[in-house]
Amino acid sequence: MPFIPHTAAETQAMLATLGLGTLDDLFAEIPQALLLQEPIALPSGLEQALDEQGLLELMQARASQDRPLCSFAGAGAYEHHIPQVVSQLLGRGELYSPYTPYQAEASQGSLQIMFEFQSMMAELLAVDVVNASVYDGASALAEAILMALRCHKKGLHKVLMADGVHPVYRQVATTMTSRLGVEIITLPHDGSGRMDEAAWRRMDAAEVAAVVVAQPNFYGVLEEPDVLVDWAQANGALAIAVVNPLCAAVLRPPGQWGRHGVDIVCGEAQSLGLPLSGGGPYLGFLGCRMAHVRQLPGRLVGESRDRQGRRAFTLTLQAREQHIRRARATSNICTNQGLCVVASAMTMALLGPQGLASKAATCHERTRELTERLTRIPGVRRLFAAPFFHEVVMDLGVAAEPVWQRLADLGFLAGFPLGCHDKKLDHCLLLCATETRSRAQIEDLAMAMSQVLGR
Amino acid sequence: MAETCWFTPTHEWVRQEGHALRIGITLHAAQALGDLVYVELPEVGHQVAAGDAVAVVESVKAASDVYSPVSGEVLEVNAALVDHPELVNEDPMGQGWLLLLYPMGSLENMLDQAGYDALVQSQTQP
Amino acid sequence: MDGQQVQPQPHPAVPLLMEDSKPGRRAGTLVAGEDVRQALDDLPAHLLRCKPPAMPELSELQVVRHFTRLSQRNFSVDTNTYPLGSCTMKYNPRAAHAVASLAGLVTRHPHTPDAHNQGLLATLAELQQMLAAITGLPEVSLAPMGGAQGELAALAMMAAYHRDQGDGQRTEVLVPNSAHGTNPASAAMCGLKVREIATTPDGDVDTAALAAALSGKTAAVMLTNPSTLGTFERRITEIARMVHEAGALCYYDGANLNAILGRVRPADMGFDALHLNLHKTFATPHGGGGPGAGPVAASKRLAPYLPLPYVLETDGVFRLATAMERPQSIGVLGAFLGNVGVQLRAYAYLRLLGTAGLARISGHAVLNASYVAHGLHQAGYKLAYPQRRACHEFVVTLAAEAERHGFRAGDVAKRMLDFGIYAPTVYFPLLVSECLLIEPTETETKDELDRLIMVMSQIMEEGRTQPELLQQAPHLLPISRVDEVAAARHPVLTWRTTPEPGSPAPA
Repeated sequence: MPFIPHTAAETQAMLATLGLGTLDDLFAEIPQALLLQEPIALPSGLEQALDEQGLLELMQARASQDRPLCSFAGAGAYEHHIPQVVSQLLGRGELYSPYTPYQAEASQGSLQIMFEFQSMMAELLAVDVVNASVYDGASALAEAILMALRCHKKGLHKVLMADGVHPVYRQVATTMTSRLGVEIITLPHDGSGRMDEAAWRRMDAAEVAAVVVAQPNFYGVLEEPDVLVDWAQANGALAIAVVNPLCAAVLRPPGQWGRHGVDIVCGEAQSLGLPLSGGGPYLGFLGCRMAHVRQLPGRLVGESRDRQGRRAFTLTLQAREQHIRRARATSNICTNQGLCVVASAMTMALLGPQGLASKAATCHERTRELTERLTRIPGVRRLFAAPFFHEVVMDLGVAAEPVWQRLADLGFLAGFPLGCHDKKLDHCLLLCATETRSRAQIEDLAMAMSQVLGR
Repeated sequence: MAETCWFTPTHEWVRQEGHALRIGITLHAAQALGDLVYVELPEVGHQVAAGDAVAVVESVKAASDVYSPVSGEVLEVNAALVDHPELVNEDPMGQGWLLLLYPMGSLENMLDQAGYDALVQSQTQP
Repeated sequence: MDGQQVQPQPHPAVPLLMEDSKPGRRAGTLVAGEDVRQALDDLPAHLLRCKPPAMPELSELQVVRHFTRLSQRNFSVDTNTYPLGSCTMKYNPRAAHAVASLAGLVTRHPHTPDAHNQGLLATLAELQQMLAAITGLPEVSLAPMGGAQGELAALAMMAAYHRDQGDGQRTEVLVPNSAHGTNPASAAMCGLKVREIATTPDGDVDTAALAAALSGKTAAVMLTNPSTLGTFERRITEIARMVHEAGALCYYDGANLNAILGRVRPADMGFDALHLNLHKTFATPHGGGGPGAGPVAASKRLAPYLPLPYVLETDGVFRLATAMERPQSIGVLGAFLGNVGVQLRAYAYLRLLGTAGLARISGHAVLNASYVAHGLHQAGYKLAYPQRRACHEFVVTLAAEAERHGFRAGDVAKRMLDFGIYAPTVYFPLLVSECLLIEPTETETKDELDRLIMVMSQIMEEGRTQPELLQQAPHLLPISRVDEVAAARHPVLTWRTTPEPGSPAPA
């Protein structure tokens, strides 16, 4: 029987030990009225158990049912080459199948990997400490906001958010914080695609608990974060950065923004070794300065000693977490993205500082080439003038969504149509070229786009 | 000293010192929590109402609120605990004190040593 | 060599990545020969990093050895009996891993237009339907990325429902004092106030206490059934009626669904919404702490509030529901579709089980737990609820042994590691002193269960004669007990602050 190792004789012997005759007898305490008399009716076509071969045939068919698209999409999820070492080692049962490492002595592997992840991320982002994961980048931002309000201690609830922060991240932050009385004020970008300095300078700084800025921002544009960070901190507010850690290999890291660096950093580490997988699982992270560490949600691994004085790792500062502090915990998060932490640690170790920088720079270079090529199509232009990193907003001059659909029919995922988040941008696509896109593929996309646009 | 010391049913001790009250947690509470790893103290000047949580004591496996027995203003906190929370375990009624409070009300429902001992006794009965 | 000697060791420590690093070393084929400076020459210098991060520089083989050797310092379901109560550490089928790793799915971008994503959406739609059938609740959203996020979602749905009924004063959530810590934490994150309800001596919710606590302010009651005590809440129908009569809603924490899978549907018990842990009942791996998934299911009246996105079908065409067509939704909880890779694994597991397999899972999960409970009882372990039938897990208490012999529940757990068995959950549920919560799961053989009973019997005997053997355990693992107090007092959270190897332990 699938997943039941007992022989019929063993099951009978075990029941006999308990003085019972059938498996059903085990459920005698459950009121009869609640016990189903018939097996649960799974939906039609799904009742019959498949064997492994049948399952794989079915799923192979499902997986290849849709034509694979040559992707120029980013918008929070990026196609990168994943080293074979990562995909192959990740399936090791010792990493794949343990629980959260509460029993430190029997979990030194997972614990040391998490510690190494924390160390590499802290270095990459130039902050004191980074946790060993929350769910994803969007929920990380929501947690960062709640954390900032706890750190601020003055009971303020107003948060200023640049609209260059991913629109879905902003929605998630609203879903998760609005019931707690948090007021998120979105500040517009200027014509260059950067946040509008005049807009936030008009705000009453004394009422602001935290400010949020993304680098690169959702439009791929590089912000000038220093002035905002300094303005926030000079007025007693906390500065929160939303970053892609791969880009931080070449961009000035958030720990070095402004005079003192940001207070809290959060983001999505999918770019560090996690496949697209249709949208998850990805890897949210949250970091801060040591002074705020007790307000940081999510798992943290610390180094300590065993009784013989040997180096040993353990989950630490657990009094922050729900299993101890219950209703007063820093967050309700329990299960997080453990195995994604492992994938990301392996990827950083394999690439090293050179490899990370080289990968990030290649993404930028490919996106430059993409931009240069697409803007040769008549009527296609870059919307924003400010420098971009590995994504760019292209104004097609016509409604973008139908063009995007047509290009999909031709085998291209031509970025992301921005009109669904901002009506004013419904002529625009957000496009991305990572190191996995070749010059030939860029040329193919440009040709197809010319054809669809009739230019 | 012992005769000027009062106790709460939530395991704090209180000692009158001039116009101020010195507050900490009892030996019984410190032992029940185990080795403390962190003490979260209020800011000086913080106003607190009777019965409010005014500090938090943390061990590896527990976090416990410390309640103010009286309304008042925090005059001083034991800064030594920031780096040495173990002082609370080693000397809870002495070097392990938590804070000094200027009371704005009177102490109510306090226990004396005998009353507190009886309470602990009744709580530790199996 | 500077005269240092190399000592033979059974479990040599694995150095930190950074300690094996040499400047200028590269993992060969992975680093493109791109000229970084030239590639970035259009960007303003002040936005660029001035110094590369100090990260490890290693060869590919070094990295492979490092992580392989570290993996060998873990216990796991694939290598050890893992009776960790409340976590349902069953075997994670390899076929499910293969499904989630199929090239056509693993490379799929989340912004793929629905029309080009039909194979994946069809699969997720079928998973939604199967979970609806199993729970008896009509609508399912797969979006939440963990059980706790599922709890938060369902509570937010309930709060929104009350608000729309003009019942916005309902701001209290009642949870039994045996509940998982996530229950009160999720309620708090939802802006709701938590009140705890007492448990009777035989492990049921104290209905008198519940009746006294229910009021016009009650938004919801959160229950796990069977509870964390491993016993089935027998008066659940009456409880649900009381809750509904008070105008409140019933929330089911699906953490323990494995005990009743295919036999009892939460909807029939009277629950209005719930979350499921795909990483427990539905056999997706725990991965050392995730990723999991916490889908939510809802009754008809709560369904409009489900978190987005989820899959809808019209005439065989699948699409993601949008905020426009579901205006009452509590919104989105993550950037994309949730932990799709986990959802695919659960789908694979359910297809391998089929209708007939569901009740077999719960039957054998309960059989195995009852069998081990019986064996341990014979061996002198005190069951916390001896008058009750164990469900998929059970609680033993070592309060008497702690008193008489000085060894604690945690000491028994650590000693089990020496026998290659992972520790049960210790000191939870909080209601029972010196407790172990034991959940063998249905995938262990009878031989392994007999060995578990034998090992624990032997440990009980050791504890009575040589308690220090337990108090000092484990003895045979790569490290002995870790000083958690020092770790929390002086947190070392990155290798930048790590003490030099061989330096004295922090005072």
